Amino acid sequence: MKVLLSKPGLDGHDVGVKVLAHGLIDAGFEVVYTGLRKTIEEIVDAAIKNKVDIIGMSILSGTHLVLAKKMNEVMQQKKLNIPWFVGGNIPAKDIEKLKQLGAHNAFPTGSKIADVVNYFNTIKVNV
Amino acid sequence: MNKIKTKKTAEELGVKKVFLESGIEVNPIYTAEDIENSSIKHEIPGQYPFTRGIHPSMYRNKPFTIRQYAGFGSPEETNERFQFLIKNGQTGLNVAFDLPTQCGLDSDDPRAFGEVGRVGMSIDTLEDFEIAFKNIDLDKITVSLTINGTAIIAIAMYIAMAEKNGYNISNLRGTAQNDILKEFIGRGTWIFPVDKSVKLVVDTIEYCAQHVPKYSPVSVCGYHIRESGANPIQEMAYAFCIAKAYSDGALSRGISIDDFASRLSFNFDIYGNLFEQVAKFRGGRRLWAKIIREEYGAKKESSSWLRMIAGGGGGGLTKEQPLNNIIRSSYYALISALSGTQTMALCSYDEAYTIPTEHSAEISLRTMQIMIHEMGICDTVDPLGGSYYVEALTDRFEKEIKEEMKTVEKWNGIINAVATGKIQESVSKQAYEREMGIQNGTVPKVGVNIFVREEESKEVEFHPYNQKAADKQIEKLKRIKASRNNELVKQKLETIRKDAIDDKNLMPSIIEAVKEYATVGEIVQVMKDVYGEFKEPIFF
Repeated sequence: MKVLLSKPGLDGHDVGVKVLAHGLIDAGFEVVYTGLRKTIEEIVDAAIKNKVDIIGMSILSGTHLVLAKKMNEVMQQKKLNIPWFVGGNIPAKDIEKLKQLGAHNAFPTGSKIADVVNYFNTIKVNV
Repeated sequence: MNKIKTKKTAEELGVKKVFLESGIEVNPIYTAEDIENSSIKHEIPGQYPFTRGIHPSMYRNKPFTIRQYAGFGSPEETNERFQFLIKNGQTGLNVAFDLPTQCGLDSDDPRAFGEVGRVGMSIDTLEDFEIAFKNIDLDKITVSLTINGTAIIAIAMYIAMAEKNGYNISNLRGTAQNDILKEFIGRGTWIFPVDKSVKLVVDTIEYCAQHVPKYSPVSVCGYHIRESGANPIQEMAYAFCIAKAYSDGALSRGISIDDFASRLSFNFDIYGNLFEQVAKFRGGRRLWAKIIREEYGAKKESSSWLRMIAGGGGGGLTKEQPLNNIIRSSYYALISALSGTQTMALCSYDEAYTIPTEHSAEISLRTMQIMIHEMGICDTVDPLGGSYYVEALTDRFEKEIKEEMKTVEKWNGIINAVATGKIQESVSKQAYEREMGIQNGTVPKVGVNIFVREEESKEVEFHPYNQKAADKQIEKLKRIKASRNNELVKQKLETIRKDAIDDKNLMPSIIEAVKEYATVGEIVQVMKDVYGEFKEPIFF
C-alpha cells in the first residue's frame, strides 16, 4: 500500500504532513512525499508515476476548497480513480463540501494518526 | 569542618527520575553547591555577559513592549487599520503579507489563484505600499514587515516609499523579519538556493548599516524552528548559528561587527516547562554576549545584547477545552517576563481553531497588563536570579546550546545543514515523537490526554475569502502595468540582472526598479534567472 503525501498551493506549513508520513511508515505503509508548493497537476503526475494507492493533500492556509475543486477536475480529465484525502485546517462544515468535490474524506487538525491509519486500512480492504 | 553530603539526586532520594524536554535530568533538590563554580555570583544586570538582563533596571524603567500580530487583506484595509490604531495611541504594527507576495508571485499569476490577500496584505508594486502608508507619519509609527523570501523587495519598497514622501532615510526606523534560513526549516517561503538567499539577507544588512542605520533588517526566529519540532536547546543553538551566518556574511563585506550587531534581534518561542524556558533564555543570553564579544571582538556594549521578542507559542495551545489556553498563556507571559524579554506577544486562546475575536484578543492584552500592574513583575530585575535550580539550569543551558552549535559545525555549518535537509530531518523526527507522546499519553496535556471531558468539537473558522478584493488587486496591477514607463522598467530590471550576475549588492538596483513600479513577480523572475531556485531535499 503506497501513499502519496503532498503540499499543494503556496502554504509552507509541513510539520503535520511530515508527522503523518512517519506515522504511516510505522504502520507499514510506503510513503512518497512531494515537498512544498506543488501544483495539482504535479501532484497527480507524481501519483501516476509512483503508482500510489492513496493521495493525501495537506492544506493549512484555508485554500482547501479551491484546490479540491482543481483536484477533482484534473482527476476527471485524466480519468483516474485514486482515492484522495485532504488534511489540515479544515472546518467541520467543509468536510461535506470536500466530499462533494470528490475527496474520499478529510482529516482536520487534531485528528489522531491512528484514526488516519485505520481509515486508510479500510480502503486497503476495499481496493 | 566536616561537610555532610546532601542527598540530591532521584536515585539517592528514591524518587522517580525526571527529564526535561531537552533531555536534561532534573534533581529533586538543588543547593548552593550546585552553583559554587557559577559565574552568576559576580554578575549584575545590565553588565556583560547580561545573563540577568540587558539593562540595569529593566522593567522598573520601562515594561516590555506589547506587540500583538494582525493581518489585513488589501493595502487599503491596512491603511484604514493603521489610521485607527494611531488614533487609539498605538505606535507599532506588524504587517502580515499574503502568500503570493511572500513567494514572489504577482496577484495575476495563475499560481496565486485563491491566495490573493488571504493571509495578509497583497503587494504587487510600490503603489500598494504608498496606499498602505498614506497619511501615516513614519517618524511616529514603527512598522514591522513580517516577510522573508522577498524581504529585500519589501524593505526596498519601504525605503523607496519613505524617500518619495520626503523622509530622511538615515533616520528611518522599522524592522523586517527577513530570516530566510529558518524558512528552509519551517514555514517554507523560500525561493532561491540557500547560499543566494543568505547573500540577499546580507545585502540588506550591508545596505542598512551604510544608509539606514536605525532600521533593524533581520529578526532571527528560533520560534518557527521550535514549532517545527526542535527542543529548547536546538531552538537557541540553530538561531545562534543562523545569526552567525548572517554576521559572517556581513563581516566578509568589510562591515564592522559594531555597525550591525546591535540591529539584530531575535524571535523566540515559549511553551513547555517553566524553568526550562527561563534557563534557556538566561543561558542563551549569556552565551550570545560571549559569542559577539569574544568570538567577533565587538567593542560596543549593545552589540552583545540578545534583544528578543518572546511570547506564547501556538504549539502549546489546544483546541480541546480552549479556555485552558488563557491559563497557559498567563504562564507563558510570566515565563517571558521572568526571562527579561524586550517585547511580548501572546496567542489568543481561541487561535487554535478560529479567527480571534475582539474579546479573545482583549484577554491576551489584559493578561500582560495584569501581570505588569498587579503582580509586581516590573518591581525588581531578574527575580529568579540566584535560585539554585534556575542558576544551575542556566549554566547547563549555556553549555548545552554551545555543544549543539558544535553539532551544526560538524554538519559543515548551518547553510549546508539546511541545504542538505539535515536539520529538517532531525526536527521533523522529534515533532513526530512529541506528537506520538501526546497521542499515547506519555507527554501529558490537560484536556487532551488527561482530565479529558466529552465536549462538542470546536468549529474551525477562517476569514471568508474575498474574491472581489482579489479581482480589484489584479485590475490595479493591470492599470499600473499599462500606465508606467515600461521601457524604463525593462532597463531597471536589466540593471538588477547585471548586478546579480556581477554579485553586487542588489538593494540599490531593486530600490531604483520599485520606484518605476516594477512588480514583485518581475523582480523575482530576474533573480531566479540568475540564481536559480531552491531544490527542496525531501526529508521527513
